[in-house]
Amino acid sequence: MDGTEPEEGIDNEILQEFLVESFENMAQLDLDLVALEEAPDDAERLRSVFRTVHTIKGVSGFLGFEALEKVAHAGESLLARVRDGELALTPPRSSALFALVDVLKAILTHIEGAGREGERDDSELIALLETLSCEDNARAPGPAPVPVPEAVPVPEAVPVAETVPEAVPVPEAVPVPEAVPVPEAAAGALRSGTAGTAWTAPAWHLGPETPGPEPVASTPPQPTPAPAPVASVAEARPGVADAHVRVDVGVLDEMMDLVGELVLARNQILQHVSSQSDSPLTAPTQRLNLITSELQERVMKTRMQPILNVWSLFPRTVRDLAVACGKQVRLELEGQDTELDRTIIEAIRDPLTHLVRNSVDHGIELPEDRVAAGKPAQGRLLLRAFHEGGRVNIEMIDDGAGIDIERVRRTAVERRLVGADKAAALTDREVVDLLFVPGFSTAPAVTNISGRGVGMDVVKTNIEKIGGVIDITTGPGQGTSVTIKIPLTLAIIPALLVTSGGQRYALPQVNLLELVRLDESTGSHVEYVGGVPVYRLRGRLLPLVDLAEQLGGPPTTAAETTIVVVQSDGQAFGLIVDDVHDTEEIVVKPLGEQLKGIPALAGVTIMGDGRVALILDVTGLAHQAGLTAGAEQALGASAAGPVEAQADGTTVEPLLLVMVGGSQLALPQVNVDRIEEVPASAVERAGDYDAVQYRGTIMPLVHLSDYVAGGAGSGAVAAAAAAAAAASLQVVVVNKSAGQRLGLVVDNVVDIVEGYSAPVRSTARHGTLGSAIVAGHITDVVDIDALGGSQGGRWGTVGSLQPGAAA
Amino acid sequence: MSTKTTAAETMAGQYCTFFIDAKLYGIDVNEVQEVIVHQEMTPAPLAPPAVRGLINLRGQVVIAIDLRTVLGLASLADAELATNIVIGSDGGAVSLLVDEIGDVLDLDSGFEPPPRTLKGPHRHLVRAVCRLPDCVLHILDVNAAIAVQR
Repeated sequence: MDGTEPEEGIDNEILQEFLVESFENMAQLDLDLVALEEAPDDAERLRSVFRTVHTIKGVSGFLGFEALEKVAHAGESLLARVRDGELALTPPRSSALFALVDVLKAILTHIEGAGREGERDDSELIALLETLSCEDNARAPGPAPVPVPEAVPVPEAVPVAETVPEAVPVPEAVPVPEAVPVPEAAAGALRSGTAGTAWTAPAWHLGPETPGPEPVASTPPQPTPAPAPVASVAEARPGVADAHVRVDVGVLDEMMDLVGELVLARNQILQHVSSQSDSPLTAPTQRLNLITSELQERVMKTRMQPILNVWSLFPRTVRDLAVACGKQVRLELEGQDTELDRTIIEAIRDPLTHLVRNSVDHGIELPEDRVAAGKPAQGRLLLRAFHEGGRVNIEMIDDGAGIDIERVRRTAVERRLVGADKAAALTDREVVDLLFVPGFSTAPAVTNISGRGVGMDVVKTNIEKIGGVIDITTGPGQGTSVTIKIPLTLAIIPALLVTSGGQRYALPQVNLLELVRLDESTGSHVEYVGGVPVYRLRGRLLPLVDLAEQLGGPPTTAAETTIVVVQSDGQAFGLIVDDVHDTEEIVVKPLGEQLKGIPALAGVTIMGDGRVALILDVTGLAHQAGLTAGAEQALGASAAGPVEAQADGTTVEPLLLVMVGGSQLALPQVNVDRIEEVPASAVERAGDYDAVQYRGTIMPLVHLSDYVAGGAGSGAVAAAAAAAAAASLQVVVVNKSAGQRLGLVVDNVVDIVEGYSAPVRSTARHGTLGSAIVAGHITDVVDIDALGGSQGGRWGTVGSLQPGAAA
Repeated sequence: MSTKTTAAETMAGQYCTFFIDAKLYGIDVNEVQEVIVHQEMTPAPLAPPAVRGLINLRGQVVIAIDLRTVLGLASLADAELATNIVIGSDGGAVSLLVDEIGDVLDLDSGFEPPPRTLKGPHRHLVRAVCRLPDCVLHILDVNAAIAVQR
């Protein structure tokens, strides 16, 4: 392979290969050691750990990294005796081995940065390892001072030595192009290394290996056909080196870009050829089409990485965390070969780490609590990944305590994320969704592991950034399961092309729910609630957003209305567009500097006809249209007030219907205290608002007519006039969540109803929770808490709404 | 802006010149990737006003910035076919729309700092001026020109 490169590049190349391999091996070591803690008798794994350490020792000796070699050697000696069954893998020994991995990593990192080891003193660890490998089984769990991994010097602490350039005496030693019997060379280096107390392993079993029984020492070392010493390193994992080539990621990225261009050119040719019948190019074009598609698929595959690349960190993370928390956790990985685009792998690293830490820190209970709850003392955390419908599902399932719904509810109220009565009415599912609200954290104490207030909201944002969704299910005592669904790749996505304002736009398919076309014949049409358009989709009100208007143009005025129903943040809304075209695979290109930071735009792409089209960001559009402006509003869609959606889509929480200024309004009945008739003469002016004396307190009055009229002033004038004319006022006494009482002035009370569809938060007007269909009419549901306001400054809101009363 | 006349020799070099509103402007020729004729553009809604649209330049998406808008002038109508001067900037290629392209001039003298009385957009866009026999060349700061205001 690389061994046939020209001479001058060799030493550096060997070093790079060594580092790459070693870092990979370190990750594998962590995995293996954690597994060995579980099953200390797993002979195959012990051999694997031994081989890894042995290989590092061998090659580092060969490359002249003495410190690395010494430490590795001490570890190897211990491992050899453990492997041979002379010693048991006790917790102190495991810890020492973890410490060994940390030190190896530290040295490797230093070599990577500085090209040499630096001066370091690992004698303590070496001494520890030697002590541990001298003890016999009887005294095994001895009192030797065991450094916890954290105590090991980290790379930053390593003093850089100015005097070690001679540490890399490689070139002369490696006449690479010839078939050097490398194993022997390495083995020789090993034998001449520092005296090992229990050096029993055949140093020369570096050759190609079968995962079967130990190679017999008498087997002569087989110089491998690939002569580079590095090849022998690669063979620590059987067979890999023969079938794989290392490629720079940058090259793959360039290839991906080029294939993207090729796809575009293919699309253009296809479009051109399909417009002519009988072209001699038809057949070759079809072939070009097929080949391009396949090429695209393969190139995408080269950028795929198994999710294990992220997961390999977790066994160690979980182990260290569990030790720190005094918990016992078994981590299980399923589907670790599931592949994802590397950009996505990068993007999910942090969210997944966060979730894993959360699970160990908050989810899984202390062993005694678990036993008390009738569970095994050891908790279980399962990570599972699998492909489904062109997406990747990642599940994290623990069997811990589950999420304490009541505590989340209380915390949400304490943090003023929702009102108390609203919180009480939320379903468990909706309460769980509160975890994703920014600034939410239930950890009673901020630990150094998690609970710093940056939490699930960041996880959610990061997942959504790559077009994924996250979902949590939990049950008290039954653990928590988090499901993440993410796309395979970000570079080429399927998108729906729509026209708006004469321009084409691409809507990512992930956001797409359905298409609705309204014309005369369908009989259905757009309705308006408080001036904003809505559409009844299967009995529910769907807020509509005019795309042309959102993009700064004049509103859409087509005879037929085309609605693209899209979803963002778990909330559906309709985009009004001029026309809908095909779905197409588009190549996502980044927005230029001058267009960054426009939330409604996700990127650009080049269409088949060579023109540029903008890719819309549905989440950004929703934000811009005010659909998901705040945390509580985002919840509002599903959790608006004390109404609980039933499975069949209707709700049963009763509503009081009142008429105000000719419109029908609904008040959630849980808030309604009494219905009173107040003589007009009893209304007094207090400060800048109207009030009456009610049961010994001052009760502010709110003229609902102000809300119906949609603006301040006119309604109040009319209400004042009506009040003056009428001898008495109909006042609905309501309780706000803060316990405060308000009197709502209405024209008359109509009815109490029970069945209606859940309110929809349209581009909401102040004072309403949304609109519902009640007895066939679209009716605004009044948000009692938004009326009047209970805190100081907000009294002004009441006053400002009724200047007419002062006139 | 505060460039003193000692900068004269450092200013020497080749300038790609162009006309806007019948006045002569120039930018360092090294900044220029290429000059192309009028291209069809995809408008970019919600973008800053100076962003006229997006151009497909051989598979590369180029943002077209209307120098007239940047300089506070009314835009040309589409039919008047502005010329694109494509600049390879760090944030991807950008095209400057100008009325008409001029010659590449080899200049080694006549540079002066812009008059202190410059007003409006010219104040932070004009890096220097150069006395030519029959007119004055405005030398633009390309980075300032493409850093469009929201």
